[in-house]
Amino acid sequence: MGETETGGETLRARHVLEYPFRRSLGPILERFFTGLTEQRFVGSRLDDGRVVVPPAEFDPVTAAALGADRLTEVGPGGVVTTWTWVGAPGPKHPLDRPFAWALIRLDGADAPFLHAVDVAQESAMRTGLRVKPRWAAAPVGSIRDVACFEAEA
Amino acid sequence: MADPVKSIVTPIRLEYDYTPGRATSRFLRGIARHCILGQECPKCHKVYVPPRGSCPACAVPTEREVEVRDTGTVVTFSIIRVPSENIHFELPYAAISVLLDGAGIPFFHVVQDIPLDQVRMGLRVRARWVATEALAPTIASIECFVPSGEPDAPWESFREHS
Ligand SMILES: [Zn+2]
Repeated sequence: MGETETGGETLRARHVLEYPFRRSLGPILERFFTGLTEQRFVGSRLDDGRVVVPPAEFDPVTAAALGADRLTEVGPGGVVTTWTWVGAPGPKHPLDRPFAWALIRLDGADAPFLHAVDVAQESAMRTGLRVKPRWAAAPVGSIRDVACFEAEA
Repeated sequence: MADPVKSIVTPIRLEYDYTPGRATSRFLRGIARHCILGQECPKCHKVYVPPRGSCPACAVPTEREVEVRDTGTVVTFSIIRVPSENIHFELPYAAISVLLDGAGIPFFHVVQDIPLDQVRMGLRVRARWVATEALAPTIASIECFVPSGEPDAPWESFREHS
């Protein structure tokens, strides 16, 4: 525990709690992350016909197991359905300059997907904005294989 | 097709400033003077180490400060075999719950200088402090506990805590 005095009676210390969990993906999410290394978005079709991305292992309504036969490719372009501006990015954020967290409905999907959108300033962000992924230079099988999204030209 | 991705790392990180409050701050300043301070509940007379400023059982402030000794009894223990970034003890090692003499609740530390198969409930231990010039208001001022060489404490003396 590092300690810095605040004067007076009480102490104060900076604490860092970090768990570097590694989780196994299973047969469905494995296809989503493998797809990212190939610059593809893999979603799945639910029992009621809706398409979600990342793919679901179980149907959210009927709770039935969803097999690999339900997998379907979506995107790569999409539309911003809502967003929030991050004026002061933190050290673990995907961009080191102000950006937007956005829910993006990828083409062919019925439910949105959370990712970062890189635009020059907040005034360039809007619901309905068409965006496309900017892929990372070296894919590793992580959500960060999508560096961010950017406005379609 | 690319090699399938079988797993991902999903780190969870929390960085924050911790303020221990007045009672625990006094405890930590005590540690920096080679002194372990607790607080006694005015109703049930339990001595809390480290003190939090109140007795959770009686819901009253604990104002009377008492010094406890740096010797105590191992009331339970666990052998740790998994590495952790901030822990410098050589694996495997024994984490102990130690009831200090004069204290009413045990706290967690590590016992060293004893083969792991001899770590046991009732083992008497004493604190090994860092060098005087290295004392600071942190629990790390107690490097570890080591066997004191006294006979084991009887079960009845710590059964409430094990
Ligand atoms: Zn009490």
